[in-house]
Amino acid sequence: MTEPLLSIRGVETFYGNIMALKGIDLNVNEGEIVTLIGANGSGKSTLMMTIFGNPRASKGAITFDGRDITQMPSHEIARLHIAQSPEGRRIFPHMTVLENLQMGATVADPTHFDEDVKRVCTLFPLLEQRMRQRGGTLSGGEQQMLAIARALMSRPRLLLLDEPSLGLAPMLAQQIFRTIRELNVRDRLTVFLVEQNAFHALKLAHRGYVIVNGEITLSGTGHELLARPEVRAAYLDGGRREAHGA
Amino acid sequence: MEYFVQQLIIGITLGSIYGLIAIGYTMVYGIIGMINFAHGDVFMVGGFIALIAFLALLAIGVTSIPIALFLVLLIAMALTALYGWTVERFAYRPLRHSYRLAPLISAIGMSIILQNYVQIAQGARVKPLPPIVTGSHTLMSSDGFDVELSNIQIIVVLTTVALMVSFSWLVAKTRLGRDMRACEQDLKMASLLGVNIDRTISLTFVIGAALASVAGIMYLLYYGVIDFYIGFVAGVKAFTAAVLGGIGSLPGAMLGGLLIGLIETFWSAYFSIEYKDVAAFSILIVVLIFLPTGILGRPEVEKV
Repeated sequence: MTEPLLSIRGVETFYGNIMALKGIDLNVNEGEIVTLIGANGSGKSTLMMTIFGNPRASKGAITFDGRDITQMPSHEIARLHIAQSPEGRRIFPHMTVLENLQMGATVADPTHFDEDVKRVCTLFPLLEQRMRQRGGTLSGGEQQMLAIARALMSRPRLLLLDEPSLGLAPMLAQQIFRTIRELNVRDRLTVFLVEQNAFHALKLAHRGYVIVNGEITLSGTGHELLARPEVRAAYLDGGRREAHGA
Repeated sequence: MEYFVQQLIIGITLGSIYGLIAIGYTMVYGIIGMINFAHGDVFMVGGFIALIAFLALLAIGVTSIPIALFLVLLIAMALTALYGWTVERFAYRPLRHSYRLAPLISAIGMSIILQNYVQIAQGARVKPLPPIVTGSHTLMSSDGFDVELSNIQIIVVLTTVALMVSFSWLVAKTRLGRDMRACEQDLKMASLLGVNIDRTISLTFVIGAALASVAGIMYLLYYGVIDFYIGFVAGVKAFTAAVLGGIGSLPGAMLGGLLIGLIETFWSAYFSIEYKDVAAFSILIVVLIFLPTGILGRPEVEKV
């Protein structure tokens, strides 16, 4: 069996004295869509940021493509072509859409910049009309598209998506999920997706993990997890309360 | 009328110097959210380096004024930039993840260190520089009052305009400028995209210090004297200018500098020279009551 593209082994992360991640083990193989589902505050976004070394894991190891990145500075991790569309989108509000995309291309070869702008505009045609507009003036959905487009500008080998459907109308969320699948099927883009919208995420993903209070409690293929009664109870049948108790 | 025009010329010259220093405050504040209280003293160090460079060049027989000016500009900018870099590297960077007040205290400490260091190394007395740029033009005259525009005033204003134009271009159009703006808007996100934020912050200090050194040269040429204490006074004024214009805003710093220079000059000319600082600060307070983010500062608009 080949090495996973991203491997997380026994990772612990603290915020002050609070242990946010309590020994996470997780793999993402090349060409896969892997999803991590969990309730608010379960440590999903913390894991995303820990992959980028901010906050840094206090224990355990993170390897990407066989390289230990646990202690690497964030900008060097980005140079390995790991890209993230983070929680809260974090687009640059006072920069134009084009400048946001230029920032996304920081680690990319500048010779294919124009080509990549065209490519993301084909994926998100709305952005093309907004090219000279400042990021802060975009609607929530447009900002989400921009955040994903910006992440794609580096031609990532691994794309980390933190709740791309959050706060979007169902139609728009559907469209974003479709785009993710398209990128995965057509360009064999490896995606690690964090979601609260468990149903869509599990349908989309090859494999999934469930995180509860900083620990992985379940894992399996998307279909397996969708069929598990405890997943249904906690995340699908409107049972957020149980999720907190679990 | 003639008197007014004369004061206008003086005010613009003074405002140019304040504006150049204010840029350093506003950039650093924009990018890491701290007030670099040592920046005024970096300006003072720039002035001293320029003084020493002038005297050294005269001593080795460089007599052509334009060549001497150009060399002094290069030497002072390079060495002062090194000071700016060092201050950030050793006094601020280790404290970046500490609690918010720590770098501020460190900055006050750096300010005192630089002042004392120059006082010990160069003496506490005022240092004169023989007039290097002389000559002036009479623009108009009436009733025995001549409006004079001196060559040094022309140099100060033109250099300031040139620097501000090229610096604005750098921020708006170059990759470094874009990285700086990205860091200013979201430091963490910039690092996730591959921007080396330590390097970008260092360069911000380096550029700010280089601009302050030019202000130091101007001050030296314009007033002909310098001492270890000028950094404190000019620093407070330039900081005020940055706040008045809207801290974090580049055009704001330039405008604020100009306004502080003009207010101070006109108050001294028409009212009383003793209260010029009171006037400048009173106007600051009034502006901040009605425009809390300064004249060109932008209120935080963020869409969720």
